[in-house]
Amino acid sequence: MKKFLALLLALAMTLALAACGGNDSQNDNSAPADNTQSDAQTPGDDAQSSGEAVTIKIGGIGPITGDLAQYGTATQWGAQIAVDEINALNGPVKLEYNFQDDTGVSDTAVSAYNNLKDWGANVIYGCTTTTPCVTVASETYADRYFQLTPSASSTDVTDGKDNVFQMCFTDPGQGTAAANYLKDNGLGTKYAVIYNNGDQYSSGIADAFIAKAGELGLEIVATQTYPEDTTTDYTVQLNACKDAGADLVFLPIYYTPASLILNQAKQMDYAPTFFGADGMDGMLDMEGFDKSLAEGLLLMTPFNASGTDDRTVSFVEKYQADHGILPNQFAADGYDCMYAIYEACCQIEGVGSMSNEELCDALIAVFTGGSFSVDGLTGSGMSWLTNGEVSKDPVVVKVENGAYVTQ
Amino acid sequence: MKKKVNKNSLNGFINYGIVVAAYVVIRAMIGGGMVSNSLQSLLVPACCYVVMAVSLNLTVGILGELSLGHAGFMSLGAFSGIVASIMLQEAIPFIPLRLAASMAIGALAGALGGAIVGVPVLRLQGDYLAIVTLAFGQIIKNIIMVLYVGVDETGIHVAASSDRFVLADDGVAIIKGPMGAVGVTKLASFTAGFILILVTLLVVQNLVSSRAGRAIMALRDNRIAAESVGINVTKYKLMAFVISAALAGAAGALFGLNYSSTVASKFDFNTSILVLVFVVLGGLGSIRGSMIAAALLYVLPELLRSFDIAEYRMLIYAIILILVMLVTNNPTMKTFFGSLLKKSKKKKEGAGA
Amino acid sequence: MSFLNNVITGISLGSIYAIIALGYTMVYGIAKMLNFAHGDVIMVGAYMAFFAMGRFELPAIAGVLLAVVVCTALGIVIERLAYKPLRQAPSLAVLITAIGVSYFLQNGAQILWGAATKTFTPIVNGTLVLVPEQLSISYVAILSVVCCIVVMIGLTLFTTRTKMGKTMRACSEDKAAAQLMGINVDATISMTFAIGSALAAIAGVLMCSAYPVLSPTTGSMPGIRAFTAAVFGGIGSIPGALLGGILLGIIETFGKAYISTDLSDAVVFAVLIIVLLVKPAGLMGKYVPEKV
Repeated sequence: MKKFLALLLALAMTLALAACGGNDSQNDNSAPADNTQSDAQTPGDDAQSSGEAVTIKIGGIGPITGDLAQYGTATQWGAQIAVDEINALNGPVKLEYNFQDDTGVSDTAVSAYNNLKDWGANVIYGCTTTTPCVTVASETYADRYFQLTPSASSTDVTDGKDNVFQMCFTDPGQGTAAANYLKDNGLGTKYAVIYNNGDQYSSGIADAFIAKAGELGLEIVATQTYPEDTTTDYTVQLNACKDAGADLVFLPIYYTPASLILNQAKQMDYAPTFFGADGMDGMLDMEGFDKSLAEGLLLMTPFNASGTDDRTVSFVEKYQADHGILPNQFAADGYDCMYAIYEACCQIEGVGSMSNEELCDALIAVFTGGSFSVDGLTGSGMSWLTNGEVSKDPVVVKVENGAYVTQ
Repeated sequence: MKKKVNKNSLNGFINYGIVVAAYVVIRAMIGGGMVSNSLQSLLVPACCYVVMAVSLNLTVGILGELSLGHAGFMSLGAFSGIVASIMLQEAIPFIPLRLAASMAIGALAGALGGAIVGVPVLRLQGDYLAIVTLAFGQIIKNIIMVLYVGVDETGIHVAASSDRFVLADDGVAIIKGPMGAVGVTKLASFTAGFILILVTLLVVQNLVSSRAGRAIMALRDNRIAAESVGINVTKYKLMAFVISAALAGAAGALFGLNYSSTVASKFDFNTSILVLVFVVLGGLGSIRGSMIAAALLYVLPELLRSFDIAEYRMLIYAIILILVMLVTNNPTMKTFFGSLLKKSKKKKEGAGA
Repeated sequence: MSFLNNVITGISLGSIYAIIALGYTMVYGIAKMLNFAHGDVIMVGAYMAFFAMGRFELPAIAGVLLAVVVCTALGIVIERLAYKPLRQAPSLAVLITAIGVSYFLQNGAQILWGAATKTFTPIVNGTLVLVPEQLSISYVAILSVVCCIVVMIGLTLFTTRTKMGKTMRACSEDKAAAQLMGINVDATISMTFAIGSALAAIAGVLMCSAYPVLSPTTGSMPGIRAFTAAVFGGIGSIPGALLGGILLGIIETFGKAYISTDLSDAVVFAVLIIVLLVKPAGLMGKYVPEKV
């Protein structure tokens, strides 16, 4: 027993020592950023004085291991492309980028955030998923860091925090938009909803959709849930929708379970119109996915990887070259976040000599100033409300012949 | 016999000493600005996991029953602690006292859960018991996920779905089903964690060296022999289980009150397993081992962050886990590493306790 | 009709749990160890079949064979490196090592093959229509039920009729006595792992054919469910694993259909606890009275 403990201690000490070593080498080029906060948090002090570009340190947080890794890596890689492009511009502001893993869990996200604080981050980019983002947001609020999340869409993320902004639509916003769209376009007569009741994103959209549908007089005949995205069998839920005679099924869920639902619906000869939210984007790019299953599927997504404008084409090319897969809306949102931060920083006078508190207030002033807007992959002329919500137009696309067609 | 008891209490004092020393050293280091933000943010959860590990050791190491659902008790404690802290906001304005009251209520909720699981525990053994604890953890998680709790002027409201959950205008929703508890005021502090560890040690070590503790260990070593000398199996098993669950509940309350939001899915099978890993690595039945293993292993993945190996972090953690198990349990490797360590150890310890 | 539909769904789901549970129970019965990495070996098997069929467009049978070969080799390697050195160690130490192996496989798979979900190409397609528009059963479900029964009979015959099987049973009864009888216990346990891993490969292919998504964490949740099924049926009992798996699938489906989809997990596990209270060794487990 004692031997073992001694061993464990020795192991931990080696690691701790090695860890310190790692820290030092990372921080060499910034200030002598040992552990005191204030040292490292003035962006590019020396750079400013010598008249070169100011460097803003962006600390990203998201799950890059575990169940949710596919979403976290997308936001990580999408932002990386934007950072490289921005730094190649030789503009007045350069970005330094460090992305930390939160495995999609709140307490790990807080550690990741503090790690980034130690690194000397000026702006926080993340988290990818809602649950950890709510927790980190209240930390950044207390510490006065500006935070922009690519994809954490619950209103709890921004609620009561002036420093947190979203690049994606809010969950209730999407639910309401979905109900409005169905009503306006006269799609379906009887509606059903299947959602993940263990997930904030999914139940947030579903609740708002059901409420709005009630207002608009849309008849919801079945509301079905499942507890987590690792669930594999949805036949019971689909049967309930089928027995209730639903001809349009709303699926405010991620694309992995949705692909199973489409598959199982086909096996049981149930062919209603399926309507999804932005989490559905990415389904067509799943390796091996039979695209005919998704034929006729409608979804709301801000990003279309088969878009033909130059910026999208170049983004998709770079992403594919680096990672071998097509980018989805998570990656595109991440890309846009970097440009939003960059363009806002460019508008601030003396950005190089600001502490993180000052930078936070300055960025809030720019974002909510009324005249600030960003053109990106997920929308043009995007602007922000004072509560942190993004204002951009929801786009509904339909899958036809294995590709998105904007409706 | 007498000598043995002395040795036990000496061991106990050393454990208190380690905890107090660790606390003083860390406090001094924080005062001197030598602890990074990321390490500081790990202090409270590390305290929670230390308590979790020590309390699970009571079930697994001292009672000798495998439990795969310890996080379920933590979950009960976390959510009831959060509800309590909001309910008591006006009654107890003094924060440390409110935190203590919330933790006490968390412990109570954990104990209640422990008593409920304790009943099947009395009938089952070994892996069948393990599966019941696993099942219990899943049930807790599932129920909290559909639970809505709020408070307004008419009192506390509980509902099982969002449409049946109606509050008056001034009401506060505390637990919102899958969204979990949001907007929690952070009450937890490192000092509270430190005190909770001391309390845990006090409870567990006194239990172990008491008459009841010896009865519990006798049950572990040979149930039939213990029964034949008149030890009440039901009573002692239940006692160990409930105490263990209550401590986990208190740790859960502290954990829940350390973050502004908490969701039920945090306390899943993986968390139970994580705590079990701490206990086994620290050594079954060794309270000191549990404490040290929990503190080090909780911090380990965070230390691995500092290398530029983000995507390999968890892979390395897995390899370290396997290697440590092999080194500590394989006879050949044990002697090999043992002989390596012996020399350096002799210099350090001299007499050795 | 919806009742029959639910029965069919339950059996289809249950047959997947059952085929995984058979592997679990096999290893547990002989080596007396909870192999928490079993679910992840399933995941590796499914990836192998996926690459063979999806990327190299080999026929389904080649995919299955590749999966079986790779998983068997993987099972032997894991056993040699991680479990064999711990033969004398307490069972909990082995349990933790198995968890370490499980983390290792999941994270290794993510680094090698990426985190993005892939869609598996089912080895058989289509459904058998029993009553048009109302009642149908997929061929994958039929195939997995058949596989379960074949594997169960095969394993039962193997353990009762062959020499190797008899040595396995001897080891399961009493390792020390088996050793005294001249049985190579080490080799027998290694053999058990090889067979268990081969079964995992088949389970992986069938699972991903029935529910065609594949990611590095695909195996972990079904692994836990199958472990539950194995305990439900009486862990160590081969027919028990089949029965436990099918019943678990049916209970889960009925719970969703007739009680609440919100509480499906709670229902499944509550039933499990009640059954264990009535039959403490599972449905078909042997109750072994303790000798003093």
